[in-house]
Amino acid sequence: MKSIFVYCELTEEYRIADVSLELLSKGKKLADELGTSLEAVVLGVNLDNALEQLRSFGISVIHCADNEKLYPYRTLIHTKLVQSLFEKEQPQIALFGATSIGRDLAPRIASALRCGLTADCTNLVIGDHKDERKKMEYKNLLYQIRPAFGGNIIATIINPETRPQMATVREGVMKLEPQSTLNNPTKKEVDLSVLTPEDNVVQIIERHIEASKLNLKGSQILIAGGYGMGSKENFNVLYELADLLGAEVGGTRAAVDAGFCESERQIGQTGITVRPKLYIACGISGAVQHRAGMDQSAKIISINTSAQAPINAIADYVVIGDVMKVIPKMIQSYKKQIK
Amino acid sequence: MYVFFYIFAATHKKTLNSKFMKLKIVVLAKQVPDTRNVGKDAMKEDGTVNRGALPAIFNPDDLNALELALEIKDRHKNAEVSVITMGPTRAAEIIRESIYRGADKGYLLTDRKFAGSDTLATSYALSKAVEKINPDLIVCGLQAIDGDTAQVGPQVAEKLNFPQITYVEKLESFENNKLVLVRRLERGVETVSTTLPVLLTVHSSATPCRPMHAKRVLKYKHAHTTTELQEQNRDYTDLIKEFPYLHIEEWSAEAVKADENHLGLGGSPTKVKEIESVVLTQKESKQFTEKDQDIDQLMKELLETRVIG
Repeated sequence: MKSIFVYCELTEEYRIADVSLELLSKGKKLADELGTSLEAVVLGVNLDNALEQLRSFGISVIHCADNEKLYPYRTLIHTKLVQSLFEKEQPQIALFGATSIGRDLAPRIASALRCGLTADCTNLVIGDHKDERKKMEYKNLLYQIRPAFGGNIIATIINPETRPQMATVREGVMKLEPQSTLNNPTKKEVDLSVLTPEDNVVQIIERHIEASKLNLKGSQILIAGGYGMGSKENFNVLYELADLLGAEVGGTRAAVDAGFCESERQIGQTGITVRPKLYIACGISGAVQHRAGMDQSAKIISINTSAQAPINAIADYVVIGDVMKVIPKMIQSYKKQIK
Repeated sequence: MYVFFYIFAATHKKTLNSKFMKLKIVVLAKQVPDTRNVGKDAMKEDGTVNRGALPAIFNPDDLNALELALEIKDRHKNAEVSVITMGPTRAAEIIRESIYRGADKGYLLTDRKFAGSDTLATSYALSKAVEKINPDLIVCGLQAIDGDTAQVGPQVAEKLNFPQITYVEKLESFENNKLVLVRRLERGVETVSTTLPVLLTVHSSATPCRPMHAKRVLKYKHAHTTTELQEQNRDYTDLIKEFPYLHIEEWSAEAVKADENHLGLGGSPTKVKEIESVVLTQKESKQFTEKDQDIDQLMKELLETRVIG
């Protein structure tokens, strides 16, 4: 049985990105279920720390190359190397983070290999498929599950014929679960001789990348605003409450699109997935794409003028009211009660 | 013999040395269902989108792409911007809109054989259409709001063997065939340079598209595809004879020499196995109003159960 491959991204600090570690955690489970092995691809520079990090994910083989041509990421170079690696190793499943790197790289590889790719999966499951028309049965396919179009629908996508079965997944969707024991994966050098001068046509002149100041995933309490907040200024009450509770502020896609908060704060299928102890949803109706990113929160408060908002159905506490009145009252009440 | 081959190869390699050579730019645009206004009949039984049931708009990122293309045209003496869109007859609406905003012409790639195409089959069809124009530069939106996959741009680039620059936010300069662009990444920006040809995908944070130009609207409002005219039972034969620019060309799969095996559902490696409506299981929730005593009660409970504090 062919292996599962995870393409691992390097951070600015030359560590493996969280999203890649999350995919390795999921990949290991899928590999165990299929009775196959997990392999990682790491292309970059200063890989010592990164390779050490990868010892706790049950990886069998790491395909790596440590060369300054490979960092920072550039499309043509990484595409060519990963494509030729896949042609040689024939993985059955290949997973990528749905980041500016994964979303640049994976479609180009899928096109070159003529295979299927599903973006922004919220779950990956192994299952069978029967094609009644073709009278064909497929065993152990990768079900690529994602909310589709418009909201109240979850689609299961499969690639019956083509390999690898490729998928991208956003940060935070899969849980980061290292193995309890360390191992020593076999290291295989990725052959750089396939690269040609034309692969250098795009040159990086300058980079200004900041380490993220936000830590939505790590925050125990999240206060999220939706389109119902009405304006960017109205978000200020959320920041105020967040300061008080030691929380972070997030937003829905609609709020981000409307310019109420930065895209880095977006929670949901095309943003980040969170699992805090407390999630306060303010002026959020609760489209399935948003719920996909927060429905595993331990406790959910919904503040909404409408009793019919879908988010109320998954909330532990529902406050029917104007969020611009409710939040200041919560701030007041909290200050009064902790005295 | 060798010499002959060498010359043959050299003339087919695209270079753009002079400012006065014609720069051909293709913008790939999509008419999308307005996912902000989705009704119940949005999906068909086979799991594909029922576009007929939804209001249709110009995909927002593609408008940013059109603007970037027009900015490049502004900086080059002799550039032509063509818009290609793939879709049903009514998608010609966004071709007209593009022309109103400054594009030179547009082509509608339309054929029943395209129905049910996934991103790979779509990219194949688009790449075949682009080949007909043989451009120096292709610009498209980063992603479309109906799928958010961001896959079609890179896949078209791969099919045409073009380099790609994704997440483009800003055109820094365009001189002597060299483009300098700023990319908007998750936590910052990256400035890159490249020579043409290249495919760019443009981020939603890029410059918004210039408005429609009143003179252009007047000039082009009667631009239609043949199918549109047939559907409206109108005969504009004479008008189009006199004003050929009012004819929006339609391209079928055959017209762009696309291999049918790579199109539509059959040419798509991804299949929709099933779609499920989401049934919300109602949690037992405590209800509060916005009255002071209710909010006090809520905060008290959160503090007592140590959810906060």
